[in-house]
Amino acid sequence: MVERMDQVFVLFAHWLVGFLPAGWQPVAAVLLSVVVIICLFPALFALTTVLERKGLGRIQNRIGPNRTGPFGILQPVADGIKSLTKEDIVPLSADAVVHFLAPLVLVVTVFMGFAVLPMGRGMVLADIDAGLLFFFAMGASTELSVFMAGWSSRNKYSLLGAMRAVAQMISYEVPLLMSSVAVVMITGSLSLSRIVEAQNHYTWGLPHWYIFTPWGLAGFVMYAIAATAETNRSPFDLPEGESELVAGYHTEYSGFKFALFFLGEYLAMFSISGLGTTLFLGGWSAPFSFLGWVPSWIWFFSKLMLSICVFIWLRGTLPRLRQDQLMNFAWKFVLPMTLLNLMVAALWRFLGDGWERWVICSAILLLAYLAMGWLGMRQGHIGPRRYRYAD
Amino acid sequence: MITDNTVGGILLGEGILKGLTETAKNFAGSFVSAERLTTVEYPEQRVAPIEATRVFPFLVYDGKDWEAGMRCVACQICEKECPPKCIYIEKSKDKKPDAVGKPQFYPTKFDIDISVCMSCQICVEVCPFEAIKMDTEFELSTEDRFGGLLLGREQLSKSNEYYHEIHATEAANVDASLAAGRAKVDAKTTAVAIAAAVRGAEVPPRPAEGGD
Repeated sequence: MVERMDQVFVLFAHWLVGFLPAGWQPVAAVLLSVVVIICLFPALFALTTVLERKGLGRIQNRIGPNRTGPFGILQPVADGIKSLTKEDIVPLSADAVVHFLAPLVLVVTVFMGFAVLPMGRGMVLADIDAGLLFFFAMGASTELSVFMAGWSSRNKYSLLGAMRAVAQMISYEVPLLMSSVAVVMITGSLSLSRIVEAQNHYTWGLPHWYIFTPWGLAGFVMYAIAATAETNRSPFDLPEGESELVAGYHTEYSGFKFALFFLGEYLAMFSISGLGTTLFLGGWSAPFSFLGWVPSWIWFFSKLMLSICVFIWLRGTLPRLRQDQLMNFAWKFVLPMTLLNLMVAALWRFLGDGWERWVICSAILLLAYLAMGWLGMRQGHIGPRRYRYAD
Repeated sequence: MITDNTVGGILLGEGILKGLTETAKNFAGSFVSAERLTTVEYPEQRVAPIEATRVFPFLVYDGKDWEAGMRCVACQICEKECPPKCIYIEKSKDKKPDAVGKPQFYPTKFDIDISVCMSCQICVEVCPFEAIKMDTEFELSTEDRFGGLLLGREQLSKSNEYYHEIHATEAANVDASLAAGRAKVDAKTTAVAIAAAVRGAEVPPRPAEGGD
């Protein structure tokens, strides 16, 4: 029964595909999974928009949306109808083709990332050996769509927003990759299913997730920072800083194209949280061995939603960074830390199984964090703003 | 990365942790304590307007009949002073008695375009007759954005009792100063009458004066 619940979607898909002739079955199985992904994550997006608005409201001691349906849960339906019925304006001087393609490219490339995420035991659309590489390749193409949008709008705010977005995404792509490479070094595989399997062991009922190792914790924190910047979420939402840039690269988008950008942003957040879950939080594995009977997909989606809640919490807490703070933080703090983390991961691998490696690795990372933070703040690279004249 | 405001803190990220605890407290607290949630759900719940509330101007009248009791004498000062020029007045040709029976001009037309009005209250300040005051009515949305937002004489006229209701202190002061003004005028007229009577008793009346 437990086994059945765990594999319920896989078995259902098998049963459904079984009605087709044998030759069509592989194609049909893939199509079915694609349809499920395409329906599931936008639904999750709708849920998240309400969750975010209500959560932010509570953080600011407000109630949040509560008019549409019970407790405002039908708000996304209203928003969806609104964006569908709005006029779709294309500026006269815009490059119409590219302007049209940009949101599509964003959504399509973001959806591609979900193909390699293992969402449960055996629940991965394309279990390719270089899954991580594929994911990052797809993630990198979102930069293209952002720049397409900014360039084709022929609007200074759009273009500036796109330039900022691209600069930011490229800067943070490096620490994002570097922090994931540590996982690949330890696991010895780029396959995401293999990475989850490697974390799915238990000692005294506790899991061997990578976040519970010194290098894993450091890597996870860095990954989370880079992921926040990569998805243009607050406090790294400079590309759409409305006080400076109206709405950044999607200034000239309205109606459903704007909704697609919005969707793409949230989908990117889901996929990057899903990857973070897979890499550091043990993917679909249960947090305690005695909870192993709970279906694996429940764990994956719980962890995903938990990460989303953290994103929302951060958004409700932190103010937006300035461009130079953003760049300084990426290149002068996060990148050196991830490089050091690679060394520490290597050290961890070669120090054997004793307690020494825990002490040595933790000490190195902790000292580096303290020293770099202290130095960076003294030199003014990171930390609070220093005024040249106003002080 | 933003830490706290003390420049040169020791630990990087300390401020972020502090901020996160603060927002977490807010989040949890908003479910527990009602006084944290200051939101008033407007159409169902309402907050009584504070006394200094002002939205758009209205015309005060004394007594029961708005047309008879209108304080406005169509002096057109407010029309001239209005910065966005949202007031339009047509002065009457004839005079008719006001609340105290003195013949006065009156506006045959007094329009305020509230889509233009910026609620600056300058009309109220310049009015020497205490005829125009600020209203607290704010639910003025209409389906006709031209005619519906152009308020005429009868829509603008509101009784002195209504004025007392919305701005009690201010209205009392206005009433007092108006009464004082009237008393002064009365005293003057009686003084003049007395003086004339006294003079009439002392000096024999001059021959009838010709018009000069």
